[in-house]
Amino acid sequence: MAVSVSIPTILRTHTDGAKTVEATGKTLAELIDDLDGKHSGIKARLVTNGSLHRFVNVYVNDEDVRFAGGLEAAVADGDTVTILPAVAGG
Amino acid sequence: MDGVLVIRRDLVDAMVAHARRDHPDEACGVIAGPDGSDRPERFIPMVNAARSPTFYEFESGDLLRLYREMARNDEVPVVIYHSHTATEAYPSRTDIGLASEPDAHYVLVSTRNPAEHELRSYRIVDGRVTEEPVEVVESYMFAHTGADDVPDCR
Repeated sequence: MAVSVSIPTILRTHTDGAKTVEATGKTLAELIDDLDGKHSGIKARLVTNGSLHRFVNVYVNDEDVRFAGGLEAAVADGDTVTILPAVAGG
Repeated sequence: MDGVLVIRRDLVDAMVAHARRDHPDEACGVIAGPDGSDRPERFIPMVNAARSPTFYEFESGDLLRLYREMARNDEVPVVIYHSHTATEAYPSRTDIGLASEPDAHYVLVSTRNPAEHELRSYRIVDGRVTEEPVEVVESYMFAHTGADDVPDCR
């Protein structure tokens, strides 16, 4: 079993249009590395200088990882990871 | 894309009322519609987590609940709106940099003039802004989207 990752519209160019893909890893960082191996370029859209973009929200199940260790947040088989760009502006 | 936002008057009124209510802070929200329809239907005012006159951001938990709900209903954010409270209804550099829904109509409402609002709509794709006309209709049933002698029944 793997982790199910929900991909937002703007990143589906990396997943051939797929809304949901699977990946593996024990932490969010490992998961994103695995994801990038299968869907090249996606990591750069999520991570800069070793941390998550300020305006990309990532949730493990219902929890925003910003409050759960960021890239070090634990993930496990059967979890759902949701990626959502912030809806924000000035 | 059609290059025009066709939207019901009551939804326009709801966005303007929200913008007026939250003034001088920026107001923000979404109008969801059926996936693929390009038809705004369900008005969802959001809390501006920034509570700021110069910035808006959907609160993180609200954002997750909103997108889950839309996914369950097979909806997409047809309109993403926010207000500018001291400047014109044109996307700021921040708006352009953070726009991440290439299929949405980005609606800006300016409340800088207390007597008269300004409402304009844009596509924002890959950092490029394209303004589009806004066609306000009483009902989508009679919106001018097909032949004149055929009602646009769903």
